[in-house]
Amino acid sequence: MEMTKKQYKDYVKQVSPASPLVADMARAFVSGGLICTVGQVFSLLYRSMGLSQQTAGTLTSVTMIFLGALLTALNVYDDLARFSGAGTVIPITGFANSVASPAMEFRSEGLILGVGAKMFTVAGPVLVYGILSSAAYGLILWILQRM
Amino acid sequence: MFIEELLPAFLTGGVICAIAQVLIDKTALTPARIVVLFVVVGVVLTALGLYQPLVDFGGAGATVPIMGFGYLLANGVKEAVIQDGLLGVLTGGATAAAAGISAAVVFGWLASVTARPKAK
Repeated sequence: MEMTKKQYKDYVKQVSPASPLVADMARAFVSGGLICTVGQVFSLLYRSMGLSQQTAGTLTSVTMIFLGALLTALNVYDDLARFSGAGTVIPITGFANSVASPAMEFRSEGLILGVGAKMFTVAGPVLVYGILSSAAYGLILWILQRM
Repeated sequence: MFIEELLPAFLTGGVICAIAQVLIDKTALTPARIVVLFVVVGVVLTALGLYQPLVDFGGAGATVPIMGFGYLLANGVKEAVIQDGLLGVLTGGATAAAAGISAAVVFGWLASVTARPKAK
């Protein structure tokens, strides 16, 4: 059965119990903390292989993005997200999920206008405003250097 | 692997996610907007020199949350501006984030051609 996002949201609202803030926060804290701990394990592992801090950090990001996309492909990430809330949204695995999920969903509309065009419907704004704010920072920095 | 190297990551990442959860529950902001907000906050905190101490303490607990993406962008821009001047404003951010963006495209695309979404 196909559902629109709105219908789905209403459905989730209807079947999930009214969740108090503290319980939501606890779940976000534990799940988000655990995801970051996994990242830390990979980071320490890559460092122990003799990689530089920067290379190990980049490789850790790539690993976490891979895991996020993999769990999305296995249809596991949405289940985790239902339990964890922000705990699965905020880590970089959530970014990967927000790319892989619409890509999978719109595969039926083709590789170009489906996958290609819809892949960044959710994650696009993150890139737009992330890069925009970094450029603003760079410009300020450049001006300050000249003063 | 020592607990003292993992616990700060757990705590830092957990607190950042718990703060986001408060925003989801207590404001009208959607998760998509909060993620955008967190990236920009990551850039601003890094620019003000406030995010680096968090990274020094929490490691992946500060870099794995999406604020860490802002940290990466801001640091990339800073280095590029110091090295290349004005052009660095446009090259620094995306260069630093290149691996993450490309990984999301590659793995997201692979997911779309190998897996089917679960019928909801």
